[in-house]
Amino acid sequence: MSQQNQPLIEPIVAANPVTLHVLGICSALAVTTSMSTALVMSAALIFVLTFSNAIISLIRHHIPKSIRLIVQITIIASLVIVVDQILQAYLFDMSKRLSVFVGLIVTNCIVLGRAEAFAMKNKPGSSLLDGIGNGLGYAWILLLIGGVRELFSAGTLMGFSILPLLEDGGWFTPLQVMALPPSAFFLLAMLVWAVRSLRPEQQENVSTIENEEGAP
Amino acid sequence: MSELLLRAIFSENLALAYFLGMCTFLAVSRNFETALGLGLAVIAVETITVPINNLLFTWVLADGALAWTGLEDVDLSFLTLIASIGVIAATVQILEMVLDRFFPALYRALGIFLPLITVNCAILGASLFMVERHYDFSESVVYGFGSGLGWALAIWALAALRERVDESLVPKGLRGLGLAFILTGLMSMGFAIFSDLQIG
Repeated sequence: MSQQNQPLIEPIVAANPVTLHVLGICSALAVTTSMSTALVMSAALIFVLTFSNAIISLIRHHIPKSIRLIVQITIIASLVIVVDQILQAYLFDMSKRLSVFVGLIVTNCIVLGRAEAFAMKNKPGSSLLDGIGNGLGYAWILLLIGGVRELFSAGTLMGFSILPLLEDGGWFTPLQVMALPPSAFFLLAMLVWAVRSLRPEQQENVSTIENEEGAP
Repeated sequence: MSELLLRAIFSENLALAYFLGMCTFLAVSRNFETALGLGLAVIAVETITVPINNLLFTWVLADGALAWTGLEDVDLSFLTLIASIGVIAATVQILEMVLDRFFPALYRALGIFLPLITVNCAILGASLFMVERHYDFSESVVYGFGSGLGWALAIWALAALRERVDESLVPKGLRGLGLAFILTGLMSMGFAIFSDLQIG
């Protein structure tokens, strides 16, 4: 892995924003009832994250320290409004299904977290890559959970029938619980378990983390 | 009204049914005392910001809301997002100053959590839901308080549970975050039971 591509590759698995840093969970769970919502949400987040990182990095020397949060949030909110308006114009049904969660990208901790932790300290080019990388790291988790939930709650993927339903003459009985919130928590728990079993260095040592606060 | 309150607290719990404020929810639930402070702060901020955003939306931002100034055709609703987050940030800042001046003990207890709350999606989420569901002013007061209380109850319960399970032997990969997710999932099932509750 070359040094230059590191900001792009690393966040996808090794430093994944969702499983390692526990960021951006709010929306990660809410929009994963089906794969298509997860896909649109991921695209929206990658767009916002990439551009907010790049823009903030471009003007990082001109932002006074005391008001940097306000400046960052304003930039992020403007980008989110752009995405929201585009969705309402061209994908109105989707924007209705995502409801308030597109707007909530503003307070998505990944975006603000990366702006604060990476874009404020690095060059625009690598900040852009960092944005894409973190966005992709978030996206595959969303798509995986969305895929599993849609497959088992409706027998479909992206709306196409995969498992033939009992009522249509097939053999599959939909699992209602997969469409409900608890299943998202369980799936994410298993995913975190899997990632941490493969990468033991990410495991938490409970007795030493007692007094440590996580990121916002 | 009481139905709205109960819905906001239980079946439409911001944390457990809509996954809002999850980042802080998981990061700050490691011990009960900090969770207690954060929960109180969320209740306070939620009860204040949702009604303020409601007034702002009804009188300034909604389609035709500026009719009282003579500007009938102005639709500023696309600014809802940025206005809401502005109101929240300002409220948190003011609340911080007021507490510092008049209730120093409470300020010290809540201190570090107040700035964190600005980026807590539960707060912004409640304001956006209020706009999306067209609550009027009194409903938004009830909803703001109820959703804040629901969120606080959830984090208090989780923090108390996590203090216990941190001592137990679970597979290494599941420790901490993984187990917290499973607990939250179980709590979410519990809270969802109230969704069929009928009042009066």
